Amino acid sequence: MAYNPQLNRNGELQHLLTIEGLPRAVLTRILDTAAPFTEVAEREVKKLPLLRGKSVFNLFFENSTRTRTTFEIAAKRLSADVFNLNISTSSTSKGETLLDTVDNLCAMQADMFVVRHASSGAPYLIAQHLAATGRDHIHVVNAGDGRHAHPTQGLLDMYTIRHYKGDFTKLTVAIVGDVLHSRVARSQIHALHTLGVPEVRVIAPKTLLPVEVSKMGVHVFHDMREGLRGVDVIMMLRLQNERMSGALLPSSQEYFKYFGLTQEKLALAKPDAIVMHPGPMNRGVEIDSAVADGGQAVILPQVTFGIAVRMAVMSLLTGQSA
Amino acid sequence: MATTHPTEQLPDVEKLVAELVAQMRPQVTPQSCFIGIHTGGVWLAERLHAELGIEASLGTIDVSFYRDDFGSRGLHKDLHRSNLPFEVEGRNIVVVDDVLYTGRTIRAALNELFDYGRPARVDLAVLVDRGGRELPITANFVATKLSLAPAQNLQLERADDGKLSLRLAEAK
Amino acid sequence: MNIHIQGGRVVDPAQQMDQVADVFITDGKIAAIGKAPDGFKADRTLDARGCVVCPGLVDLSARLREPGNEYRANLESEMAAAVAGGVTSLACPPDTEPVLDEPGLVEMLVHRARTLNLARVYPHGALTVKLEGKAVTEMGELAEAGCVAFSQANQPVRDTLVLFRTLQYAATFGHVVWLQPTDSFLSQKGVAHDGEVASRLGLAGIPVLAETVAIATVVQLMRESGARVHLARISSAAGLALVQQARTEGLPISCDVNVHHLHLSDMDIGFFNPHCRMNPPLRSQADRDALRRGLANGQIDAVCSDHTPVDDDAKQLPFAEAEPGATGLELLLPLTLKWGQEMKLSLPQTLARITCDAARVLGIDAGHLRVGAEADVCIFEADTMQRVTRDSLRSHGKNSPFLGYEVPGRVRTTLVSGQVVFQQA
Repeated sequence: MAYNPQLNRNGELQHLLTIEGLPRAVLTRILDTAAPFTEVAEREVKKLPLLRGKSVFNLFFENSTRTRTTFEIAAKRLSADVFNLNISTSSTSKGETLLDTVDNLCAMQADMFVVRHASSGAPYLIAQHLAATGRDHIHVVNAGDGRHAHPTQGLLDMYTIRHYKGDFTKLTVAIVGDVLHSRVARSQIHALHTLGVPEVRVIAPKTLLPVEVSKMGVHVFHDMREGLRGVDVIMMLRLQNERMSGALLPSSQEYFKYFGLTQEKLALAKPDAIVMHPGPMNRGVEIDSAVADGGQAVILPQVTFGIAVRMAVMSLLTGQSA
Repeated sequence: MATTHPTEQLPDVEKLVAELVAQMRPQVTPQSCFIGIHTGGVWLAERLHAELGIEASLGTIDVSFYRDDFGSRGLHKDLHRSNLPFEVEGRNIVVVDDVLYTGRTIRAALNELFDYGRPARVDLAVLVDRGGRELPITANFVATKLSLAPAQNLQLERADDGKLSLRLAEAK
Repeated sequence: MNIHIQGGRVVDPAQQMDQVADVFITDGKIAAIGKAPDGFKADRTLDARGCVVCPGLVDLSARLREPGNEYRANLESEMAAAVAGGVTSLACPPDTEPVLDEPGLVEMLVHRARTLNLARVYPHGALTVKLEGKAVTEMGELAEAGCVAFSQANQPVRDTLVLFRTLQYAATFGHVVWLQPTDSFLSQKGVAHDGEVASRLGLAGIPVLAETVAIATVVQLMRESGARVHLARISSAAGLALVQQARTEGLPISCDVNVHHLHLSDMDIGFFNPHCRMNPPLRSQADRDALRRGLANGQIDAVCSDHTPVDDDAKQLPFAEAEPGATGLELLLPLTLKWGQEMKLSLPQTLARITCDAARVLGIDAGHLRVGAEADVCIFEADTMQRVTRDSLRSHGKNSPFLGYEVPGRVRTTLVSGQVVFQQA
């Protein structure tokens, strides 16, 4: 697809909607930009003036305190004014449409929307609406849409991998768990491919894999032990509570037995393999506490890097060459 | 796009560094802290830091995050991490840059510096003051002054062998 | 009143006719083609030189949104859209509000349509009360009120026993049952074809299995009940193969396809284009190609617009929340012509699928120009390209995946019973 609604005429980021289709140079630029931002957290004054006077609206149509907080911290460290709207409970139940809400906030001089929505594609709708109404100066960041994409999570995962492993082009990466319902997995897969990772594996029961998933360029494993053999990076996915029992899976205990990450299974990966998780974790369901708290886990650094990566994305979107 | 003038027409950097060291030696104590501004300022600061026998490690600042033209020009492609390996609070600080021009870079550096703490005193040392100030900023130590047209761009360069030189480019 | 349609290329697939000829209409009926009847004196002459003159089109499915959803569209707007698209007979599914499950509602709709004096409306009665899939409707009364068939629109009967009973009951009186084959369990929450695109975009999938399982069930029930079934909106190659099997076996089965499915696939969803949200979903390119061939070789009996006007508030939403369906009455002819051209079919072969074949499926006497037939006629410029825009559409529904596209065919005049009901300005 040549047309990409995320890039402006100069090939710079206009919105961050998905990692799919973004050139490697754009991803690398974001990761490079994030590096110096990690240092800000260590200062007396944890603030940079880059987004001074800008209004960032966190539009959360789906509750997520954690993700909202990381975006809020990132925006505030850049000196933006941040407004949090939890819309799941307010206006949509009064009959106001998504685009009504967007129009209203535009009238309040918004500069950036950070959008979390339960429906895949919602941020695209907003971006297209902004373009159609001539509001090109407003940027949209996808903070997770349905099962589709969670690009900042994917990018912070890449930052973490690069931090610990350096070169992407010699790695074997395994993504474990509920790929079917996971926007994180989709963003990770696209990012890993774009950055040149030669082998990406997904490990899950058939009920938790999307159809034709291999067309996304991944190797499918149903046996976790086989799938983990010799990998450099293990990316665990969260299993939502409502999916732990029913037609997809019989119980969280059985899931843990076959697809939970334990020390014993981790030992099949390379000795220096790192373990990642987007949070929040279900200990004893997808990951054993001994692994989550063990020396190979980089789950807390992921959170720290996440703020720097989100600062980088917001700065790159806001500061465009004229 | 740009024409480079032969370096012979520009002052010799080694002489300028010697001149700057001579100016600074009576004023600066080894307890001062030096901060170079990326990229040319860092190279110069490394020399001054060594020749003046400064005790604290050299600090570096990349002012990209504090530039006032961010809204119109965006972020630089080549970003560096700012690194101040000493407490700023209550110290005597010398900020070092290669060329002083509009004063905007120094303004950005001061803003960044103050986000780390409140220094007792800040001095500014530059190799060249080329005039054209747009802000009320002045350097305490200046090796030389040059008068250049606005379209001309003066920069410090470092060769592979570490030798410093000045380079003049002309934007068309 | 005598009308003389002069110099057009008369294409009547029912009579295998394709020739430049004059058409003569007397008292609302076709009086002659070719030579004027003795003593014929035209009250009005229509110049059709350079145009195709064909039977008024028959659309097997058009939602008029009356009763119940007049804010989206109403009979006036949609009937005007029909005749502007050359459609003179149309069947409407029973998924109105309230549902067409009572004779009174059907009579009112038929009466309202007749008063407008535009296209002919053939309502489908609900197969089950409120389309809930629980209790069979009064089919006899509904048929007397004007229902030509019974259908669930696109709401599946979940309970197989209820489906079996309704088929038995319909078979008792010889009514045809129209079913859109979808297994409600396999399709639940799905919004797009369960394939590569849905996987990539993170859209919940509707597998082809939902269609094939439903068809297999219906076919078994047909054998036992003896019911005549028309399968509406076949969407997959595998589904079509099952229909073909049943047909070969001699079961009284027919099927149609949505004209959009001849041109689009799930790839066209692109970046979540809500206009490509359809029911059944747009499937893979291989499925689309099978449907195109199936319609050409007669495995699919007819093509329809499945006209579904949806207002912007219900369409300009994230893909999964957008209401499915596309406006279609004015695109039925252009998109069918486009299919015919791309498949290198003759004009009579192409037009058969939206005239006589569709009329046969519907069981009505329409879609042909035989002498003595009601003079429902469509006169169109076959080669004129037209851009589809919001303004060009007369339907209140502006929801089309073809907005901005150039499509062939421009209707110049439409006649119903010899009366000009549409004339291109």
